This record gives sequence, C-alpha cells and structure tokens, in this order.
Amino acid sequence: MDKILGWIDARFPLTQLWESQWGKYPAPKNFNFWYYFGSLAAMVLVMQIITGIFLTMNYKPDAKYAFDSVEYIMRDVEWGWLIRYMHSTGASAFFVVVYLHMFRGLMYGSYQKPRELLWIFGCLIYLVLMGEAFFGYLLPWGQMSYWGAQVIVNLFSTLPIIGDSLALWIRGDFTISDVTLNRFFAFHVIALPLVLLGLVAAHLTALHEVGSNNPDGIDVKHQPINPETGLPLDMIYSHPYYSIKDLVGVVFFLAIFSAILFFVPEMGGYFLEANNFIPADPLQTPAHIAPVWYFTPYYAILRAVPSFFATQVWGVLLMGAAVMIFFALPWLDRGKVRSIRYRGNLYKGWLAAFVISFIVLGYLGVVPITVWGQFPASWPMLGTADIATVAARVFTVVYFAFFLLMPWYTARDKTKPVPERTT
Amino acid sequence: MSEAAADQAVDSKKRRFLLGTTGVVGGVGVAAAAVPFVMSFWPSARARAAGAPVEVDISKVEAGQLITVEWRGKVCWVLNRTKVMLATLPKLNPVLADPDSSVPQQPANCKNEHRSIKDSMWVAIGICTHLGCSPTFRPEPAPADLGTDWLGGFFCPCHQSKFDLAGRVYRGMPAPTNLVIPPYKFLSDAKIVIGVGEGG
Repeated sequence: MDKILGWIDARFPLTQLWESQWGKYPAPKNFNFWYYFGSLAAMVLVMQIITGIFLTMNYKPDAKYAFDSVEYIMRDVEWGWLIRYMHSTGASAFFVVVYLHMFRGLMYGSYQKPRELLWIFGCLIYLVLMGEAFFGYLLPWGQMSYWGAQVIVNLFSTLPIIGDSLALWIRGDFTISDVTLNRFFAFHVIALPLVLLGLVAAHLTALHEVGSNNPDGIDVKHQPINPETGLPLDMIYSHPYYSIKDLVGVVFFLAIFSAILFFVPEMGGYFLEANNFIPADPLQTPAHIAPVWYFTPYYAILRAVPSFFATQVWGVLLMGAAVMIFFALPWLDRGKVRSIRYRGNLYKGWLAAFVISFIVLGYLGVVPITVWGQFPASWPMLGTADIATVAARVFTVVYFAFFLLMPWYTARDKTKPVPERTT
Repeated sequence: MSEAAADQAVDSKKRRFLLGTTGVVGGVGVAAAAVPFVMSFWPSARARAAGAPVEVDISKVEAGQLITVEWRGKVCWVLNRTKVMLATLPKLNPVLADPDSSVPQQPANCKNEHRSIKDSMWVAIGICTHLGCSPTFRPEPAPADLGTDWLGGFFCPCHQSKFDLAGRVYRGMPAPTNLVIPPYKFLSDAKIVIGVGEGG
C-alpha cells in the first residue's frame, strides 16, 4: 500500500493534496452545530450531480416529450421515482443548507477581513445556484415551469430600451417555447454545473488559505504552538476530528431528508407545486402563480414595488439589489469584533429584524396579496390598501436597512471584550 | 556599451508595444469568435417564419363571448362586446392609468375610446403588460373577490392587475400600460386576420 502511494506521490501530489485540503488542515477546535452546513452543502451538490446524470438518461428536452418523459421516469423507469424525488427534494434541501450556512456567516462575522473573497465566492455560488434552480424548474414542462419561466424572463424585458430584445434573445422565440426549453436544459446540465464546480473549488481554496473562522470569531492561527500537537493551542486537525463530527451531521441530515423524500416529497406544494403536474399550456395561466419557496422573499420584494413612470423596472431592480447586496457585506460591516457573542444589542437586534423580514417576505411571496384583507376605508393614507402589500413594503425596508445602516450601527455598537482563547 | 551587452539589454518599450498590440489583436479575435455563439441565441429562421398572420372566423362569436386564438405563440383574444359592456368603458375613465391610450400599445386605427376598429369586436393580445401572464376574463359585475366597483374586465392572477373591457389598465397596478392591441384587419364581416394591419 505504502509502495503504491509512494509511486503515485512521486508522480502526482496525492498525499500533499489530501493533507493540505483536509487530512492535516488545522481548524479551530470549537466548531458547533452551525458548522455542519458547509459539508452538507457539498454532499447535496454531489447528490444533485449524480441523480441529475441519471435523470438525463431518460429525460427528453423537447416541448413535445418533456412532460411525458418526466412522468415516464416517475411511473415506468425502475426506481425512477426515487431518483427524481431525490433530485427535486435535493434542490430544496440545497437551499435550506445554504441559507443556514449563510446565516452562520452573518452570526460569526465570517465574511470579515481576511475572508472577503471567501464570502464573495460563496455569494457567486448562491447566484449560480439560483440560476440552476430556475433553469431546472422549466424542464418538467408543467404549468408552473412554463409560467414561472415566462414571468422571470419577462423581468428582463422591463429594462429600458434593450429589454424586449434581451427577453427575445434569452427565449430564442417570441414566447417560451421548445427552443427555450432546449437551451435551458443545456444551461442546467452543462454550463452552470461546470461554473458551480469551479466556484466551489475556489471557495474551498480560499477557505484553506485563510483558515476557518469560529464561533468566537478570534484569530486562532497566531496563538502559541502547543508542543503536544504541533498546532496553535485552540486548533485540531480536520481529520479525524471533524470527519467524524461531519458524519454525525450527515446521519441527522439524511434521516430528515429521507423522511421528507419518502413521506412528503412534494412538501404540500412547496417543493413541487400542484400546477406543475399539469402539462404546460401557453394559452392558460394558472389561477395562482408563486415561485418555489426559496425564491419567495425576493418575489415578495418584486411585488411590493408599484410601477411608476409607466415602467415597473423598479421592482425588478430592487429585487436584483436584494440579492447583490450580500456581496457588499464585508465592506458594510465596521464592527471591531466578528462573532455575535461579543457584539452589542444593536447588531443582535438588526440581525433578528433581518431574519424576521426574510421569513415574513418568504411567506408573503407564496400567498396572494389579498391574504390579510384590506385596511378599513376610513383609515387615512392606508384606506383600502392590501394589508399584505403594505407589510411587504415595511419588511422590504427593514431588509435593506439591515445592510445599508450597517456601517452606522456596527461602528457605534457596544461590544464586549474578546477572549484570547476559544470558549 | 559593447555590442554583446546591447544584445542582452531589454528594450522594455518595444516589449510593452508588442505585448499591447498582441493583446489587442488577440482580444479582437476572441470578440469575433464570440459572435456566432451570441447570434445563435436569436430566434431561428423557423421560429421567425412561424410568426405569420392568422385568420380568424368571427361569425360564431356571440355577443359577450370571448374566444382565444394563437398568434406567434401568444394568447390572442377576440371579444364580441355587448352594448352594456361598451357602456362601462367611459364610466371607468377616472380610475384608469391611461384612459385615452396615449401610450402606443395599439395600431393608430385602434386609438379610440373602445380600442378597436369596430365598436363591438375587440382584438387584443391576452398577455399582461406586467410580467406576461394571461389575465382572466371576468365579465360579471361586482363579484365577491373583486369588489362592488367591478364593472367587468380582465384580472391578472399573477400580480392582481386589473384591466377594463378595452384592456385599459387601472391606476396603481403592477402592470404599467394597457394591454397590447395587435395589428389586424377585417377581410369580411365574418373574418379577420391578425398580424397585418390595414394597408399591410
């Protein structure tokens, strides 16, 4: 065995790669629950790639056959239903772990210097993931696939001057058609996965260059060396310690994932919408259109903005800004400490407000705007306005205030002293 | 400086010039190579040919009835409006965003109060000007969900935009403009063609 390894190492840096990327990669010893989601995201990515490859073996990217081929996978292909449900549930699971992973970054200031690029690679991964989800959702060619794509592509047509041409260019036809389906398939199975893998490699390379942050947000790399381990005092090797810890996370995750997969794969219409079991009909819009749950906060922001100056590009721009603003986070935060443990009440309060906004907007994005009724006509200003629309506007303001006021409230927040060692 | 030393010396000015010109020429080459890929995204000759005009037989469209036809893969409505329906149009002017159809969303011969060539027979593209959903035909006055002010019209299920029975948008809706009226003409009293205007 050693001989084979030696032969390989003389020709390819196998041992060196393993040790630098995981085996001998030193990590802070105080990782908690929130540190499961990076490795879980990697596992879900692998699962999506494998199930995706097997789905393409029976799927037909043709407007005439696409819907039927998905039903064929579900009914006739041996175990096809499981592979398809793994892929569709996996998409939602991906966003669950990525959102929790991002929240971890917000809590412990993992985007702060020197991890700005690491954070930006992560944001790019999030963007590509949204693209993957959007392109993939057209492929079953159901009613929701069709009309969802119609709405999203038309977002581009709201841009001034170039808008209509741009939407035509994206579709390759005057409406969403077979041409659009074919190119979305190409993006979903080849173009974006290649970009995604490249970005994941960059994300991990940057992480292993600067080293992991930790729940205390302190620099453990520069601590004195512990003679017993040869590592800084509060660091341990990823293997075997975090290999084992992450395995526990995998077991818990798979238990929950399997329960959903086998008992509620459609999640009551949140993971797979009922209208998507009806073949796409370009002449008939479903009565209620809502995106899949992971896009709904942004969708609620889009809907909250009224059109003025005879264009509704403002909602589109604000929705885009809601996603892109994550990139600016490392430069908006003027805090002297990283972790929420040593931040003052200002940051804690704003982070809580942001999380609540994100969840409420997410809820408002799946329901019709009439859900909470209207204000009584006698009320000044607000009379007869839809309550849900006004709520969406308020929470949109809170969402942006979290970011835009950050330079102010993080600088004047009363922080606690940060310990030398992990706690 | 000896001849040998001069041979060894780096002429950095020349080097910069060569790097610059090579870079520019290479960049132009890459941009040119991108052209076929970018152009391949436009609608193909086949997709463009499929956008031909369609003929519609309107002799069977009863008063108050809406039929749906397809033109360029888009929903196209033909609505035979009753006298009662036409009477609702002027009443709504105060609540509409563009009651006079000043935004050019229709051919010139349809820029009138009923947005059609002939009063009763109305042709429109049934696609919401907000984000392209197809609004629902709601001719009944004062239904429970749309309120007692509703005089009949179109309601977009996606983002709740409201249009009247001439496809004019209400004020304060997500949809910024009135529904589009395609070019069309009457071949006879019983037949129209959508996709070519009069004289076209």
